[in-house]
Amino acid sequence: MRNVLLLALKEIRSYYGSPMAYVVSAAFLALTGQFFVSGVSELLPEASLRAVFTPMTFALILWAPIASMRLLAEEQKLGTLELLLTAPLRDWEIVIGKFCALVAMLLGIIAPTLVYVVLLYWYASPDGGPLLTGYLGLLLYGSAAAALGLFTSSLTGNQIVAGVTAAVALLFLTLASEASGLVSGLPSALLAGVSLPAHYTAFVAGVVELRSAVYFITFIALFLFLTTLSLESRRWR
Amino acid sequence: MADRMIEVEGLTKFYGDFLAVSGVSFAVDRGETVGLLGTNGSGKTTTMRVLTGYMPPTSGTVRIAGHDLAADSLEARRHIGYLPESVPLYSDMTVAASLRFFGRVHSMGPASLVSSIDRVLDAFDLVDYRDTLVGKLSKGYRQRLGLALAVLHEPEVLVLDEPTVSIDPVQVVEARDLIRRLGKEHTVLLSTHQLAEASTLCERVIILHDGVLVAEGHPDEIAERLQGAQRIRVEARGPAEQTGAALAAVPGVRSVGTATLIEEGVYAFEVTAPLRSDLREAIVQAMNAAGVGLRGLARSSVDLEEVFLQITRGEREDPDA
Repeated sequence: MRNVLLLALKEIRSYYGSPMAYVVSAAFLALTGQFFVSGVSELLPEASLRAVFTPMTFALILWAPIASMRLLAEEQKLGTLELLLTAPLRDWEIVIGKFCALVAMLLGIIAPTLVYVVLLYWYASPDGGPLLTGYLGLLLYGSAAAALGLFTSSLTGNQIVAGVTAAVALLFLTLASEASGLVSGLPSALLAGVSLPAHYTAFVAGVVELRSAVYFITFIALFLFLTTLSLESRRWR
Repeated sequence: MADRMIEVEGLTKFYGDFLAVSGVSFAVDRGETVGLLGTNGSGKTTTMRVLTGYMPPTSGTVRIAGHDLAADSLEARRHIGYLPESVPLYSDMTVAASLRFFGRVHSMGPASLVSSIDRVLDAFDLVDYRDTLVGKLSKGYRQRLGLALAVLHEPEVLVLDEPTVSIDPVQVVEARDLIRRLGKEHTVLLSTHQLAEASTLCERVIILHDGVLVAEGHPDEIAERLQGAQRIRVEARGPAEQTGAALAAVPGVRSVGTATLIEEGVYAFEVTAPLRSDLREAIVQAMNAAGVGLRGLARSSVDLEEVFLQITRGEREDPDA
């Protein structure tokens, strides 16, 4: 646990030491702010973040590859992975440490959007339930995307390749629910089943569906496991 | 057996179909400095990567300070300080932050960490660069930091992969001094393809060629064993022919090489003598008797380079050897 924290802190320091963290954070806030403003300036505005949550997930699948592509690919390229793997650290500690750093970064970009919540409470009396579940779902959504990004980053020493691969995979998982309407039977059910947005809609509506929660948690666990395997297999190559 | 710090038995490593290291066995005792020699691609780096736990061997066992690397990898890794060949470092960290990070990775407590960082900064002359970003360091200083990171947690075993490659000659001398100092307190295994370096730094060398251990021992021993004789260099003022004849007449001398003029009237000769003989006094007497002015007399410094070529060439010419 100590080692996980140590590795996570190192990444967080390195992330906030670069201008990238602030640029990405500002872009995220600007993009989602746009949706918040148009959401609350409708004719009959609703005191909720329903109009913001879904666009936020789109922003997150852009964010995840950018934030995660460096984490293992660069270690491989610079050779520093050799230092980590020969230090008394377990492979999973390295993976979980990096993942925790990603979750912290995720919190760092989501947290400023709480200003929308403050504004809602200031001017109206929104329903707290859907806000809470919406943010919870967002955290799961972003963490899942980050776990996938970490996995692609472990596969190559080229961070651009890692980032693009993650973006393509996430795009596929996002559009899978749309594609499921174009086919029928088992393929359709499968596409709907793996789709990320399909599992988020309930969270926006204020419901935590067990099925969806399990989906996100399994998704994260699977990709962290695959990342650990990939790191281990690097030793065998 | 507690003093066996590195024990390698039957180490074999395949990369796919490519055999990188084949059945290598050796041991390094506490306090020894041992050189791993070989040309590029001879299996030095692979051997070191297996020893440090970066990758497992295809077969064979490795024990570090008595801990089996396969069964007790973490404990074995705790006893090693490793400097990889490319000296990988985090360029966005400062020198002090790098040391702090790797010290913590090695579970050092806050108090010992502070004193150890001060100690290595001082020992490696990095004090002025404490807060410099690693990315801004010159190659020589990166190398120092790499060494500092390897020794920070006071490991019993140091594994240094080509520690003096790619730095300038002045820094090479400094780096060798550092390694010599480290060798007093640690067990050191270093790889190099510079034979001169191995013979100045190491008490023992292990020569790898095409993944096979081809020779092991003291650099001088290996050289003599392969040459089958020792060579003595004689510099004398006097007629070349007369001097040559006088040298050939010394009992025990096997052969006398052709004279080379080194300055006006002074010739140098290479005399071959049996192993473990000492003909120097006999040569002095013979020179005096012949009325030749002896200017210099020394057992030839071991030309490991030549030995090395001999080994590798022999392998190529005679695959059954």
